[in-house]
Amino acid sequence: MLFTSYGFIAFLIILFALYYIIPRKRQWLLLLCADVLFYACAGWQGLVFMAATVTVSWAATNLMGSSLSKQKAYLASDEGKALSRPERKEYKKQHEKKRKAIFILALVIDLGILAALKYTNFVIFNFNSLFSTDVAAVDWVLPLGISFYTFQTVSYVIDVYWEKVEPERNILKVALFTSFFPLLIQGPISRFGDLKDTLFAEHKADFKQISFGLQRILWGYFKKLVIADRLLVAVTALCGDPATYSGAYVFLGAVFYAAELYADFTGGIDITIGIAQVLGVSVRENFIRPYFSRNIAEYWRRWHISMGTWFKDYIFYPLSVAPWLLKLSKKARKSISDGFGRKLSVYVSTIVTWFLTGLWHGAAWNFVVWGLLNAFFILLAEEFKPLSVKFREKNARLTSSFGYRVFEILRTFLLMCSLRILDCYRDVAVSFEAFASIFTTNNWVQAFSGELLNLGLTAADYLVAGIGIALMFTVSCVQEKCGSVRELLWKKTAVPYVVFGLLALAILVFGAYGVGYDSSQFIYNQF
Amino acid sequence: MAKNKSKKVHIICLALCLVLVIAAVWLLGRLLQPKYMSGVLEGAMTAEYYNETQPHDVIFIGDCEVYENFSPVTMWEDYGITSYIRGSAQQLIWQSYYLLEEALEKESPAVVVYNVQAMKYSEPQSEAYNRMALDGMPLSKHKIDAIEASMCTDEDMISYLIPLLRYHSRWNELSSEDFEYIFTRKPVTVSGYLMRADTKPMTKLPNVPVLEDYTIGEACWYYLDKMRELCQSNGAELVLIKSPSLWPHWYDEWDEQISEYAEENGLDYINLLPCAEEIGLDMQSDTYDGGLHLNVYGAQKLSKYFGKLLADKYEVPDRRDDAEISACWGKKCEDYYELLAAQKAELKEYGYLKSWTLGE
Repeated sequence: MLFTSYGFIAFLIILFALYYIIPRKRQWLLLLCADVLFYACAGWQGLVFMAATVTVSWAATNLMGSSLSKQKAYLASDEGKALSRPERKEYKKQHEKKRKAIFILALVIDLGILAALKYTNFVIFNFNSLFSTDVAAVDWVLPLGISFYTFQTVSYVIDVYWEKVEPERNILKVALFTSFFPLLIQGPISRFGDLKDTLFAEHKADFKQISFGLQRILWGYFKKLVIADRLLVAVTALCGDPATYSGAYVFLGAVFYAAELYADFTGGIDITIGIAQVLGVSVRENFIRPYFSRNIAEYWRRWHISMGTWFKDYIFYPLSVAPWLLKLSKKARKSISDGFGRKLSVYVSTIVTWFLTGLWHGAAWNFVVWGLLNAFFILLAEEFKPLSVKFREKNARLTSSFGYRVFEILRTFLLMCSLRILDCYRDVAVSFEAFASIFTTNNWVQAFSGELLNLGLTAADYLVAGIGIALMFTVSCVQEKCGSVRELLWKKTAVPYVVFGLLALAILVFGAYGVGYDSSQFIYNQF
Repeated sequence: MAKNKSKKVHIICLALCLVLVIAAVWLLGRLLQPKYMSGVLEGAMTAEYYNETQPHDVIFIGDCEVYENFSPVTMWEDYGITSYIRGSAQQLIWQSYYLLEEALEKESPAVVVYNVQAMKYSEPQSEAYNRMALDGMPLSKHKIDAIEASMCTDEDMISYLIPLLRYHSRWNELSSEDFEYIFTRKPVTVSGYLMRADTKPMTKLPNVPVLEDYTIGEACWYYLDKMRELCQSNGAELVLIKSPSLWPHWYDEWDEQISEYAEENGLDYINLLPCAEEIGLDMQSDTYDGGLHLNVYGAQKLSKYFGKLLADKYEVPDRRDDAEISACWGKKCEDYYELLAAQKAELKEYGYLKSWTLGE
């Protein structure tokens, strides 16, 4: 069920109405039923895999929980207190070992399902390329949102293992956490600790929250249907024919794609968070106006935040303090240099994290290279940090000026656009060739003498997309300066309704949906 | 207290906003919906039926082979028969059925004439033709059933009910016609007859392709049965005809199946193709597109012939003595001859019908 389908809108209307009619105690159960229905629409096979992930995670967390309770209870009992210190330590160790085994088994199964379904063909493809074999690709079902729900569930299992959260006894609640349909398609990848209280709670209809939620849903649809799906036509034409569209077109394609991806992904997240808000469920933000970032590290703190923090918390940090890596750092400090040794663990952790981030986005080398290039630029920025600090100190007036800030923002934006060329063309060699052509082919005049009108968009379409982007930019500027636009509008009683009424009409008239348009799946659904 | 008041104000604003948005959706839908007032006129035909003030004794249903080939004005002038053609381009049998069902709710004709050419289609064909046939129907169960039966695989019901969802992308091709006819449209037919006064003689008909299967589809028989039962329960006589258009080819195999059905069910089936000579049709002067459709001269000949049949065999009454009906048909005749004169003038001036071209 596409978020942009009429069926989904009808599904939402019925769900919202039922949610506030039924006894509040049963609200979370209704959500679970809605999740199952939503997921089943994408194919029953997906439900089987999700059920497996839920069952394994629920069983593992409860086994770990009971082992911990048992351990604590025994050690607090008279019998436990009577044990000597080494005996207590030994007892604890035994339980920890057991929990570790359960934990590893759960991770292997959860991530194994993801790896098998998503990466088998990637492995086969590379195996065939390397050994000139002809192993046939598999035709396995890829459950909807598997990367998102697996990461969400894995974070729950890890948090229970790390004793950050209590295990949930009710398997249906674990199922709801895993399958909460607004988050299923493109995140945000939420944590059990953040979501459990709000997701399972009883919610009274709050007019302001419902109104805000609906407004946010509308804003999301505006971004998706008016901007993203309109630009998609031009981006598809430009990236689909790299031989014809080189040079200036690559640059324009990358910029269009930046706008499309932002409108698509943030639009989707707006719809997601808006739906949750109508249901009274608070979900963390996933974007903080990333295109206003002044450097790549800041960009990644503002873009797809839930994914970034997931990798940081569960890959980067644990890896950078892993005993084997610390040992390696120590060795490097002695044998190579003190500075290199000290940085080694951060370097390795960064590279591994970004390698996995790339792989998470897709089972293809373009994503892997994209991830590694991100790591490269983040480490490069880190290396140049002392120089940058010195430069800032020396030129404080310049670097604090508006113009310099704009320069930094543009620099970061163009860097991210360049990296995303790998995502546009989905082929490493073609992407590098296309990128190089920006500097070697001078066809700017040709591009702006009517050729852009041959990409499937009319001048009026460009105008609508342009106005949409300008509106999106203005809203971002207001948010950056004054915070929530909806809060600001709410104080002026009638204004929000006029604004969102106009927005609804703009979507209905200018939206790229229905006959003649192919309202596309959200880009992040594919990851 | 103040919080409650503010909440009330917000609720009122929301309700007002919803009402205004719904009104705007309706208005924009009307604006963006194609008006079919020039070029392709067929899309405007369905809606015209609802402007009729007098009942009809004969209702024609079917595709272009009825609305291009029969002239109700001629039948009125010669036999005093009141008739209306509920036709539309590529009207499929289920559309004919629901249009008839709707018409029979409003009036009780003595005869219903169904042209069987569309029996060759047993599945939905084209979204564009569906729209032209159904958009003009007001919202009713008949319309919903007709949409349900007509939708192609990539269509959805809601966009028929809320036209803005279908036609929103026309925002960048709006013309003065869209604004002029936003609420009312000018009639494009006379009693459902779409007039063409130009002539394009038949030269050579295309080769007749051999079909894999000549069996008429189940869905067609299903709706023909329904149509028969509907006419029966409304006291109307259903007459099946095949209009004398030479192309697309009407296969003997189809003709046999229809004849068998008619015989089995006690219906009349009149294949007018072999009667062309008797009717007096000359495909050198009576067609405007080389034999596919008749022009006004051919339609007049066919209507004289068929009107006689209706009067003699089916005893359709002569209503010329009824002052109210006569007044209504007097106006129709006036419109008819005005239109004919206008087309003749156009032909004289340009050599072709300029009003039938799309904006050239």
